[in-house]
Amino acid sequence: MTGAASLAAAGRKVWWYVREVIGDTAYERYVEHLRTHDPEAQAPTRREFERMRMDAGDDPRKGFRCC
Amino acid sequence: MTVHAPPDVPRKPRLEPKSVILWTAVALVGAVGWTVLALSRGEEVSAAWMVAAALGSYAIGYRFYSKFIAYRVLKADKTRATPAERLDNGIDFQPTDRRVLLGHHFAAISGAGPLVGPVLAAQMGFLPGTIWIVAGVIFAGAVQDMVVLFFSTRRNGRSLGQMAREEIGPVGGAAALLAVFAIMIILLAVLALVIVNALAESPWGTFSIGMTIPIALFMGFYLRMIRPGRVAEVSLIGIALLLLALVAGRWVAESSLADTFTLSKESLVIWMVIYAFIASVLPVWTLLAPRDYLSTFMKLGTIALLFIGVLVAAPTLKMEGVTDFAKDGTGPVFAGSLFPFVFITIACGALSGFHALISSGTTPKMVQKETQVRMIGYGSMLMESSVAIVAMIAACVLDPGLYFAMNSAPTVIGDTAQSASEAIQGFGWEITPAALQAAADSVEEPSLLSRTGGAPTFALGVSEIFSNVTGDSLKAFWYHFAIMFEALFILTALDAGTRVGRFMLQDTLGNIYKPLKRVSWWPGLIGTSAVVVGLWGYFLWVGVNDPLGGINQLFPLFGITNQLLGAVALTICTTLLIKSGRLKWAWVTGIPLAWVAVVTLTASWQKVFSDDPRVGFFAQGDVAQEGIDSGKLSGQELEDAETIVTNTTVDGVLSAVFALLVVVVILDAARVCVKSLRNPDSVVSREEPYQESSFIAPAQLIATKEEKRELAAAGLGSGGGFKPGTGPGARGSGGGEDAGGPDGGGS
Repeated sequence: MTGAASLAAAGRKVWWYVREVIGDTAYERYVEHLRTHDPEAQAPTRREFERMRMDAGDDPRKGFRCC
Repeated sequence: MTVHAPPDVPRKPRLEPKSVILWTAVALVGAVGWTVLALSRGEEVSAAWMVAAALGSYAIGYRFYSKFIAYRVLKADKTRATPAERLDNGIDFQPTDRRVLLGHHFAAISGAGPLVGPVLAAQMGFLPGTIWIVAGVIFAGAVQDMVVLFFSTRRNGRSLGQMAREEIGPVGGAAALLAVFAIMIILLAVLALVIVNALAESPWGTFSIGMTIPIALFMGFYLRMIRPGRVAEVSLIGIALLLLALVAGRWVAESSLADTFTLSKESLVIWMVIYAFIASVLPVWTLLAPRDYLSTFMKLGTIALLFIGVLVAAPTLKMEGVTDFAKDGTGPVFAGSLFPFVFITIACGALSGFHALISSGTTPKMVQKETQVRMIGYGSMLMESSVAIVAMIAACVLDPGLYFAMNSAPTVIGDTAQSASEAIQGFGWEITPAALQAAADSVEEPSLLSRTGGAPTFALGVSEIFSNVTGDSLKAFWYHFAIMFEALFILTALDAGTRVGRFMLQDTLGNIYKPLKRVSWWPGLIGTSAVVVGLWGYFLWVGVNDPLGGINQLFPLFGITNQLLGAVALTICTTLLIKSGRLKWAWVTGIPLAWVAVVTLTASWQKVFSDDPRVGFFAQGDVAQEGIDSGKLSGQELEDAETIVTNTTVDGVLSAVFALLVVVVILDAARVCVKSLRNPDSVVSREEPYQESSFIAPAQLIATKEEKRELAAAGLGSGGGFKPGTGPGARGSGGGEDAGGPDGGGS
């Protein structure tokens, strides 16, 4: 692999990691989860899903942060 | 019920020579580091030795002790399905790549605590604090995090409170819950105090931290209305805006707007309380969630930068290894002798009770394999501890005279550079008034005297280290960058902590008045939030106006409470070990429990009963009361004395109550343990029954050869996934699915 190509590959890995850690991929995962259980399942749109996820987060037991 | 015997430790016939050589070398690096640190007398030591000592010890602790706990004590079983696999709902329960979960868990446990404690503990020299940070994490802190994570994973992610109630009983459970609530209040007050002390009279800091609010609001709006769910993209925009706000802070400080953003401590308290109240009542998407994204990025990014900075700059430690304050306990930063107060002060970097709240609850629902609790629980805590080591380095690269000038209350060093310089000479260090002013000028702050709370000292140390690499012209920028870094965590913690406190209150009071239980009932929500904010706001106000210095008074209380929560978590762990028939291994959490109980109860005892007015709260109050009774005080002095009497009474009563609560939990747990030992048949296990796992994933960060072979045979990437023909996708595709490792797509 050339230098530029391996740099690009490293960059992709970092971007993959960032998206996973920060929760960018939650929707993709959820849709995949639905599909594997029932290929016909009606998936919510991303907007609906994110709203649902965020509003569930209003439960203070989630998302606790430490000192 | 099927009885499943977990497999024994995979024992190799003998160690490979290569591995023996490697681990001997690692042990040597650590040993040499410790030797150099311990034997330095009078000469300055490079921080690289401290890094070597810590990293060498962590590596040995992880490789040997955590492995022993995972396989011998807990008997983590890779064939047993975790809740993430069994209950996968695609949202909170889902098998998550171990490397991603490590990042998640670390971001959740790490905060401002390990940045503050070591800075304050540095008054006794770098050695006592460093030894406890490293030894404490290996034998207590990381063990607690890992064992709680394991037991919660075996119980579908039950929270610490639920486990206390179910496994110990209603009395122990209620005491634990009450302890958590009270501890949270003190925690929030102390964290807020740290920020108030860092931002007071600093227009640059106040402006740039203030700007995080509109930035977070913008991010929240963007995610809600414009591009839902694009968290990574909006976070990058947010970070760019954050850096812009940081640069703009300097312009503001130099412009006519400076006065608007120059706030006294009192007005900052009021702003902080109002802000936290509003923020905690608003839906999470507006402020909390976006700020959480920002702090996650800042945390992971800045901590990485700090390590690089320390390694590249390899600064020398100017603080002594052990100062005289360690021996006589008369230091100005916090009162009391080395035992127990160094352990109380270090707190989160070595052992943090709060981590038990994260290790139970969120993370256990995402673990792919039981065997991964070692890397995620123990490993994350080692990372947290290394952050504490960096904080210790940051404090110790400063000139000791400057360090003490920044961390002593005005009652000790006066409020001019001249008086501070003289007082510090009395401590045995030299610093000229001009040098004090020059240090303040270098970071563009009006003064650095009595900037207690640890954040300014940490920030100054960081700016010193970074400007070694980038040049002095950026020093002020790095100082404010570090302040913002810490403030961001703390503001998030204030918001999230107020919510958790409110929820506990709603849940408890809901037993008396039903509607309160409904999380979305507005009057209840507003009322309980106001109570929580009012409670910590009270302590914050007291801390700001404390004539003896708020940090000096409140930080020991914070340390004691945090460690007491650790004692509660370790009690639950020990009870569970005994109840599950692992009596012979109960010492693994039992010894740290005994240690932390002795440390915290001694500290509480001294805080309540000590005759030394610098240590004992009531003794302090008595001195002030005598002053009032003598009739010689008037004006400000009389007011101060009255404040001291009230504060010390509140603090003293609280110390006693906390200690009693924890004693109740420990005694109740001991009763349960004895009962289960006398009559093993009476023990009811709340553990979820064994189910075979069809998920394949490596246990460690890097897969072993064997694991790689197993993954390759199943056609899976390095992130792991279900065995072909099994798992939820089996009906549809019949093939193995990739959980999406970095190499899952292209390569």
